[in-house]
Amino acid sequence: MRVLNLLKISWNAIQQNKVRALLTMLGVIIGVASVIAMLAIGEGSKESIKEQISSMGSNMITIRPGAGFQGGVRTNPSSQQTLKLEDYLAMEKDVDAITEVSPVVNGQGQVIYGSNNWPSTLYGVAPGYIDIRVLKIAEGSMFTEAEVNSSAKVAVIGQTVVENLFPDGEDPLGKTIRFNKIPFKVIGVLEAKGENTFGQDQDDIILAPYTTVQKRILAITYVQSIVASAISEDTAPDAVDQISELLRERHNIGEFQEDDFNVMSMEQLISTFSSTSEMLTVLLVAIAGISLFIGGIGIMNIMYVSVKERTREIGLRMAVGAKGSDILVQFLIEAILISVTGGIIGALLGIGVTQIIEKILMWPVIITTYSIFVSFAVCAITGIFFGWYPARKAAALDPINALRYE
Amino acid sequence: MDKGILHLHELKREFRMGQEVVQALKGVSFDIHKGEFVTIMGSSGSGKSTMLNILGCLDQATTGVYEIDGIPVEQMTRNELAEIRNKKIGFIFQSYNLLPRTTAIENVELPLLYNSRVSTDERRHRAVEALKMVGLGERLDHTPAQLSGGQQQRVAIARSLINDPVVILADEATGNLDTRTSYEIMSLFQDLNAQGKTIVFVTHEEDIASFSSRTIVLKDGYKVSDTYNDDIWIAADHLAELPKPV
Ligand SMILES: Nc1ncnc2c1ncn2[C@@H]1O[C@H](COP(=O)(O)OP(=O)(O)OP(=O)(O)O)[C@@H](O)[C@H]1O
Ligand SMILES: [Mg+2]
Repeated sequence: MRVLNLLKISWNAIQQNKVRALLTMLGVIIGVASVIAMLAIGEGSKESIKEQISSMGSNMITIRPGAGFQGGVRTNPSSQQTLKLEDYLAMEKDVDAITEVSPVVNGQGQVIYGSNNWPSTLYGVAPGYIDIRVLKIAEGSMFTEAEVNSSAKVAVIGQTVVENLFPDGEDPLGKTIRFNKIPFKVIGVLEAKGENTFGQDQDDIILAPYTTVQKRILAITYVQSIVASAISEDTAPDAVDQISELLRERHNIGEFQEDDFNVMSMEQLISTFSSTSEMLTVLLVAIAGISLFIGGIGIMNIMYVSVKERTREIGLRMAVGAKGSDILVQFLIEAILISVTGGIIGALLGIGVTQIIEKILMWPVIITTYSIFVSFAVCAITGIFFGWYPARKAAALDPINALRYE
Repeated sequence: MDKGILHLHELKREFRMGQEVVQALKGVSFDIHKGEFVTIMGSSGSGKSTMLNILGCLDQATTGVYEIDGIPVEQMTRNELAEIRNKKIGFIFQSYNLLPRTTAIENVELPLLYNSRVSTDERRHRAVEALKMVGLGERLDHTPAQLSGGQQQRVAIARSLINDPVVILADEATGNLDTRTSYEIMSLFQDLNAQGKTIVFVTHEEDIASFSSRTIVLKDGYKVSDTYNDDIWIAADHLAELPKPV
């Protein structure tokens, strides 16, 4: 009852100074709106990066030749021939933190069927490759270990290759295509996968046994890279360690020597990306938080002015029976009303801005309820915190002096 | 002599200003009984306001006894004093002290906002009644800016009545008003007194004092006289005799 009365008193006071109240709220409005928008953008981009990377196989581990950096300059890893087929075989045998492993050798070239031709990339891999890359067979089947051992000239092709070689809707299965003049029999077609995070077409792909590609196309004995899949995302770091250890041993790398290979898990890639975007989010939220803080100081300032201006009113209220606590609560409610009203307007504005960003800029956004909840709590706390001192000053006034105040 | 509804004994009030001590009241004793209409007179600086503030529990005596309605207030805390002001006292100021941009009825309701025992409906009802009593039944929604000085003082009087106080205290309530309006206000006070209200009225105008039943005169912080008035003027009659405004 009493609090309800005080609420009414505070509300009336704000009503009598609408423009001032609104200007005071502005800091809070902008603060809250930007906190919500920033978090939505941060959260949205983090999610979408995660999603896209996961679609490429979130357990995937890639081993490339080369030390990565030499004297600050990145060496061209494909010109190095440090990864051998034996490394792959050893990994398959000795690393138990991985479920599948496949060597990768690839070559660019022209693929021809009938009068149609298309520039594409031929990947020489093991049968496990499709599981590692989370590819799916739409028709036919993947080649087998036996076909790898016999260097069979068979291929599994992606949708982009299908569209360009068989534009009339002809069934590719069983047909013979030529890659750099070598004939391959199509035994399987992959499901479409679209573009990856980096804008590459994941469907412009031809898979064949690595033995065939090594001997017939590239005439090499080394492998260009090795991919493996860890048991789970969580065991990926273990797998990375095991693989590194194995390869260091096999390559006779001393304790203080640099690796001649480079092991990278998807998980590392994701965390690199999300830590960048997280840092950005923290930065943006910090800026937004500062504007909220400045908004709070604005409230404190206005509350001081308000207490000063209304000294006689406070004296009168006390003269007719208001206690110090009534005055304190009245001004505190006033400060909270200003900050929370600002918070509501700010939240609506933030949601609106987020929607506009989503519609116009096509950025992925996610508005989390916790961001709204947190900015609300922060607003109420801002009101209490910055309203407290002016309110206490008002409550401590002496009624006679307050009544005499000019 | 029995104790009055207000009972003062050897009341002293000192103000300390650095090294200097100002003795505004140097030992004042009197009793005011229910239904009395008392004026307190004295020259400027004699301690009238200081005394009224103590009577109104806005201030506390340095030493001495003050009891209102049998309750001693010397040892009371700020909150207890606020409670007494809210329940037992109606205070009227020289400068009206209405809340600006606030309607007459809301101004009158003010004391009851701090009394959680009075419901919203009851509060409104009592405010309307009080405004009717002071002759402003038609001006419930007017703000102070839309009212004359005399009307504003009537709103203030209505506000002092709303908590049905033990005593109404007025500090130079007619000080800002012309003679005619002052007499109208005095007539209103006489009506309220006739209805049984106890009134203590500070003034330094002789004629205003003639409307009351008793006059206490202060000088330099002492009570120098306390007389009952045999010939109480009737404000309504004197109002009729004043030259009509043109
Ligand atoms: N807060 C205060 N601090 C210091 N001295 C004060 C204070 N209040 C009143 N006094 C002093 O007490 C004395 C009495 O003051 P008070 O206001 O009671 O006079 P008054 O009779 O009401 O005068 P007036 O007719 O001019 O209103 C004066 O000398 C005044 O200066
Ligand atoms: Mg005075």
